[in-house]
Amino acid sequence: MLSIYRRRQFVNYLNLTGSMLTMAFGLFWLIWILSTLFVKGFDSLDLDLFRKMTPPPGSDGGLLNAIFGSALMSVLATLIGTPVGILAGTYLAEFGHRGWLAPTTRFINDILLSAPSIVIGLFIYEMYVTKVGHFSGWGGTFALALLVIPVVVRTTEDMLRLVPNSLREAAAALGAPQWKVIMQITWRASKAGMMTGVLLAVARISGETAPLLFTALNNQFWSSDMNAPMANLPVVIFQFAMSPFEDWQNLAWAGALLITIGVLGLNIIARSMFKQSQISQ
Amino acid sequence: MSKETPPIFAKKQLLIDALFRHTTRFFAFLVFALLAGIILSLIIGSMPSIKAYGLHFIVDDTWNPVTEKFGALTPIIGTLVTSFIALLIGVPISFGIALFLTELSPRWLRRPLGIAIELLAGIPSIIYGMWGLFVFAPAFAEHVQPWLKDHLSELPFVGILVQGPPMGIGMLTAGLILAIMVIPFIASVMRDVFQIVPALLKESAYGLGATTWEVVWHIVLPYTKIGVVGGIMLGLGRALGETMAVTFVIGNAHNLTASLFMPGNSIASSLANEFTEADGELYTSALIELGLLLFAITFIVLSLSKILLQQLRKNEGRES
Amino acid sequence: MNQTNSVPNKIQVKNLNFYYGNFHGLKNINLDLKEKKVTAFIGPSGCGKSTLLRTFNRMYDLYPGQRAEGEIVMAGKNILDRSQDVNMLRAKIGMVFQKPTPFPMSIHDNVAFGVKLYERLSRGEMADRVEWALRKAALWDEVKDKLNQSGTSLSGGQQQRLCIARGIAVKPEVLLLDEPTSALDPISTARIEELIFELKEDFTILIVTHNMQQAARVSDYTAYMYLGELIEFGDTDTIFTTPKQKATEDYITGKFG
Repeated sequence: MLSIYRRRQFVNYLNLTGSMLTMAFGLFWLIWILSTLFVKGFDSLDLDLFRKMTPPPGSDGGLLNAIFGSALMSVLATLIGTPVGILAGTYLAEFGHRGWLAPTTRFINDILLSAPSIVIGLFIYEMYVTKVGHFSGWGGTFALALLVIPVVVRTTEDMLRLVPNSLREAAAALGAPQWKVIMQITWRASKAGMMTGVLLAVARISGETAPLLFTALNNQFWSSDMNAPMANLPVVIFQFAMSPFEDWQNLAWAGALLITIGVLGLNIIARSMFKQSQISQ
Repeated sequence: MSKETPPIFAKKQLLIDALFRHTTRFFAFLVFALLAGIILSLIIGSMPSIKAYGLHFIVDDTWNPVTEKFGALTPIIGTLVTSFIALLIGVPISFGIALFLTELSPRWLRRPLGIAIELLAGIPSIIYGMWGLFVFAPAFAEHVQPWLKDHLSELPFVGILVQGPPMGIGMLTAGLILAIMVIPFIASVMRDVFQIVPALLKESAYGLGATTWEVVWHIVLPYTKIGVVGGIMLGLGRALGETMAVTFVIGNAHNLTASLFMPGNSIASSLANEFTEADGELYTSALIELGLLLFAITFIVLSLSKILLQQLRKNEGRES
Repeated sequence: MNQTNSVPNKIQVKNLNFYYGNFHGLKNINLDLKEKKVTAFIGPSGCGKSTLLRTFNRMYDLYPGQRAEGEIVMAGKNILDRSQDVNMLRAKIGMVFQKPTPFPMSIHDNVAFGVKLYERLSRGEMADRVEWALRKAALWDEVKDKLNQSGTSLSGGQQQRLCIARGIAVKPEVLLLDEPTSALDPISTARIEELIFELKEDFTILIVTHNMQQAARVSDYTAYMYLGELIEFGDTDTIFTTPKQKATEDYITGKFG
């Protein structure tokens, strides 16, 4: 009995130690990546980044046009994607009790949530870019909007389902029609959660590169024309990092740092907001 | 929700209700139509290539834009091999992390550590790519690849995987970076499904004198196996479609070799590299067909993942 | 109290205090538990009876912030001592919970699970042991033809008897029952109660129950607890007919609870 037990204990310690090591392994990469990013990014981080345009190789410059383009397309994509996502999510949570549409849409939405973003880029290329004949800011915006939608649909449905039915029934018992119950009671009750979803969606599209390659492409100059190719941070980082020029690579690191701070910051804000909303409930 | 119609005090309200319901229904339908649109547009876009090469497309490994001879075998294999490496490394690590977070970690550390792992998922993939190319690949070439060559190249079967110069970039590097990227996805699904195991069930096993490891291995894992597989599938879906990180480090060469040290290609990286430069209808069409294949593969994998995770939740509902 | 002294003690609880973080869950408990007898713990919910039960196999070790002070002596050894190996302890003290907890494996493997942890048995020996345990738990006749089916396929009452079989298959010395019938129908409850009566030939049984009739039916000794304190302890007949404390009487007669 004792020898069996000793072996079991040994196996236990071995595996639990292994488990601790895997945790350390995961943290190791996080720390390595972030520290590289901060060291290399800070070296090239200065105010010129926000004042100057992307330069030709060998001269000074910043990332102003790319930052502007990314911000503009992300904002527009969020403005397009959010209402679509919220309404679709509302249907799934509030009306999707019978029929084929709700379960099918729910299933498809979850797949779109994890589908390769480069395919979304291809889709917009086929549907929009080839039709208008050139890359454009709108193309990039549409591609990003398609990435916003599934995130918002999912969180909206989840958050609305957290609202207790007694609240809906109480409102209905007062004689409120269903649209008022939904818009004035359930939406309001889950506002923080739904905002979290939107923030997570913004975080996701801010770092997306692949869908922009075939849609917005890039622009070396300042452009706010949504019908022309538009500069954006991820594609600039990609092109500059892959280039042989050292000053371009340095700019790419600075851009990478900016994006990561932005995306992780949004993630953390979204998380703390969600936690707060749960505490207040 | 109550199925009874709420008291109605005006016909107008009824009308608005219907309008509201149909509006939301329309947008739900839009999401559904989106998928159909994606599939349809990809099929239409790849028609020239499908007509020109037929089924031969997926078993041919030539990729020559000059002679317009295109076959998808190299990127398909590259995609599968890198994803396989990612799972081979990522799954056990994710399991260890989930085990640590649910059973071993002190309570006050669980949340911060969980968030740290999820932050790993939040880092944009292009950052992984840059870091992989500039930091990881050189270190890998200098410290790890020579060691692997010294110890593995004489072995049968395994030896062939480590042929070629230690360049840092290549299939193995791409697979490793993918592993780091899928760990947070798989680990957080595993953690979530481990947490649904009823405390009483675990206590019963502890009550018989089982060690922590035995409880996890014999009770928690079998109880959650469907969900665990679903989580692995989710990670696989992510790995298959990952573009930017792979594009940076895989080497982007259209050649098929057994060695994992050699540069290769994946579907997503081919698209990222060549699509904007493709001239000629057939070239573009062949690339779109690659995209269609990628979408089809990930669609199947993600559907399986989703079905398995749903299954787990259903079982959960029945037992409680 | 005189006749209780003739039976040997199995477990002695001395000055036991229990804390959930800052909350004082058990206050200075002193108690002698008799060998091969059934002792019932009764009291209103939150009185600490389950907490007390879970100190005997140190189940609280699983949860940080929970700790016990004092002594629980079994076979001359304080099981609360740091040097006590909890897994070995739990192999000697079986436990059955409020709800049936069949493991996600076959009926046979459920019963064999604990045995395999400590003993290397041949297939035949294991089959004998499983049959022995299932017979003891009065489940054998119902499951002998479907030992390879999943444990979850049984009815609630059968599942609970499976859990009892699993608990006794390792041949423990003590069996802890934490409201074992609270999730069961009256018929299954009656079967479990009969079973408890038979099992005390071999095991020392401690049972927590919220059902006073059940305590009166199955136990030899009864402990009444309130707000973490042991109010009264004695043989069941005395407790239920002529309790010494007013509080005990009020609870038993239903004036309070």
